[in-house]
Amino acid sequence: MKRMISKLAAFSVAAFVGGAALADDPMKIGFVYVGPVGDHGWTYEHEQGRLAVEKAFGDKVKTTYVENVSEGPDATRVIQQLARSGHDMIFTTSFGFMNPTLKVAKTFPKVKFEHATGFKRAANVSTYSARFYEGRTVIGLIAGKMTKSNTIGYIASFPIPEVVRGINAAYLAAKSVNPDVKIKIVWVNTWFDPGKEADAAKALIDQGADILMQHTDSPAAMQIAEERGIMAFGQASDMVKFGPNAQLTSIIDDWAPYYIARVQAAMDGTWKSQDTWDGIKQGMVAMADFSHKIPTDMQAMAQKAVDDIVAGTRHSFTGPINKQDGSPWLKAGETASDGDLAGMNFYVEGVEGALPK
Amino acid sequence: MDLLQAILQGVIVASTPLVFAALGEVVTERSGVLNLGVEGMMIMGAVAGFAITLDSGSYFAGILGAALAGALAASVFGLLTQFLMSNQVATGLALTIFGLGVAALIGQGYSGETTPALPVLPIPLLSEIPFIGPILFVHDPLVYLSVVMVVGVTLFLNRTRAGLILKAVGDNHDAAHAIGYRVVMVRMAAIAFGGACAGLGGAYLSIVQTPLWVENMTAGRGWIALAIVVFSAWRPARALMGAYLFGGVTLIQLHIQGLGIEIASQYLSMLPYLVTILVLTVISYDKTRAKLNAPACLGRSFYASS
Repeated sequence: MKRMISKLAAFSVAAFVGGAALADDPMKIGFVYVGPVGDHGWTYEHEQGRLAVEKAFGDKVKTTYVENVSEGPDATRVIQQLARSGHDMIFTTSFGFMNPTLKVAKTFPKVKFEHATGFKRAANVSTYSARFYEGRTVIGLIAGKMTKSNTIGYIASFPIPEVVRGINAAYLAAKSVNPDVKIKIVWVNTWFDPGKEADAAKALIDQGADILMQHTDSPAAMQIAEERGIMAFGQASDMVKFGPNAQLTSIIDDWAPYYIARVQAAMDGTWKSQDTWDGIKQGMVAMADFSHKIPTDMQAMAQKAVDDIVAGTRHSFTGPINKQDGSPWLKAGETASDGDLAGMNFYVEGVEGALPK
Repeated sequence: MDLLQAILQGVIVASTPLVFAALGEVVTERSGVLNLGVEGMMIMGAVAGFAITLDSGSYFAGILGAALAGALAASVFGLLTQFLMSNQVATGLALTIFGLGVAALIGQGYSGETTPALPVLPIPLLSEIPFIGPILFVHDPLVYLSVVMVVGVTLFLNRTRAGLILKAVGDNHDAAHAIGYRVVMVRMAAIAFGGACAGLGGAYLSIVQTPLWVENMTAGRGWIALAIVVFSAWRPARALMGAYLFGGVTLIQLHIQGLGIEIASQYLSMLPYLVTILVLTVISYDKTRAKLNAPACLGRSFYASS
């Protein structure tokens, strides 16, 4: 009996504290990062988004982040820990966090989850991504015009649809302005290893590439391009500091508006599970300033591509396009559906080499 | 310079951080101490080397600072394991985690900065030898230093009295103690040397290979260095070969992809590790010989009871 009373007392205290917490406490928001916040690429931009949320909501939110979380069991543990420690909303910002996020979301139905770049959703799991491939189209056009050796080097991370889309979009754009262009792809099987990214950059340059694109997270490749006196495009962040002469432009991710909107929705009680895929038009993808090394007519061409993408008159994947094996994919004038893009697992015709499975 | 030359020259650059780190660990382990904190010491060296180079504008100061930072981190490990008798495996792991954290903290103000890479210093005459010259003798000073140090450590271990004492301490610390050698001091020196070398390896990454500071930039190279030490059967020259082999396979797989040879990249990424495992298996096939190679007191704490 005594024990029961103490239990009841504890319960009511807990209920009281819980109630008070609802009224006064700031909304707790967690962020899970795959790399370090100082990577000057992918994770850095998500961190900028988190800081923007803090700035926009002030005392009304309390944010935490966990960096360097490896994709896999570790991620499950970290996400679970965040959910258990009272976070109301959790952003998981890497493709490989998809299954861990869904797994944890099942056991914490009241917590709202936001998973970047994935394709699986649940009642309390939204997904969001940016149409980076639109940026790839712009840099592809510039690369096609600027290359002298007709060889573009591409440092790729993992063969997932997002990366494959980027390669295809860049190649199609480059090819459209330069029929002789070739794209050399090196898969490094990591998102972040500056030493290896640098080695890959050197390998591509030694094999004749005079312009580099990367889909990895550190500015190492940009530095090598600067050192060797060739051209390169930055990824995720403006990397001009690492390649003042080498960088032609950068594809910049801007997550801040989305993060602020989603937190606002959660506060207003209007949050619901959805899929967001925004591009240059909505400002989730932006281009860094064009380098003065790009002749003005080419800058105008690139700017026109940006404007057309915003206006909706240009799509990165407009037919006729064949797959690598020559089988038709899109008919003349047809544009790729979002479903096709989301699951893209093939190279388009003209890209050399086999896509790792 | 043709492609083959470029590849081979690149192999030496990619492998040099491993050469430094593995060489240091060979000396540490020869004294009977297993320090698993190589990754932590490397990253300390990387951040110190970059920060000091950037602030002072002097590569020499940066390189020296990196070695000191590595030695300092190692000395913390030494203090804990040699004087406070903590478990070497656990302390080494803790040193790695600690090093990664401290380096991230120190490096906060330096991320996003960059310095020019350490300039290349071709060796006169030798660098003009056809084919081999550009591969071996057109490098930055740290590459030469790494090779000189391998030769130096080999001579030290096999040709000097001090080297003999170091090996005696590693093989039988009780006997070494009984004849009057100061086991703990010898080990502290070996640990500090190992740390300094790991620091140089880290600095090579942050000053030469990719002159920038980003967290976690060593990306597991410390663990590879540990594997190379076993691979080398605790011999400096073999550690150099092991590092070049590992670096070589890593770099060549990137070139193979660029050349469009169709092997799945995952297999190629695996290749350096597969080669390491294969060689390890071959080396340890003969159990008695494998035992002969390893320092007999490796990983065992020494406490002078009398």
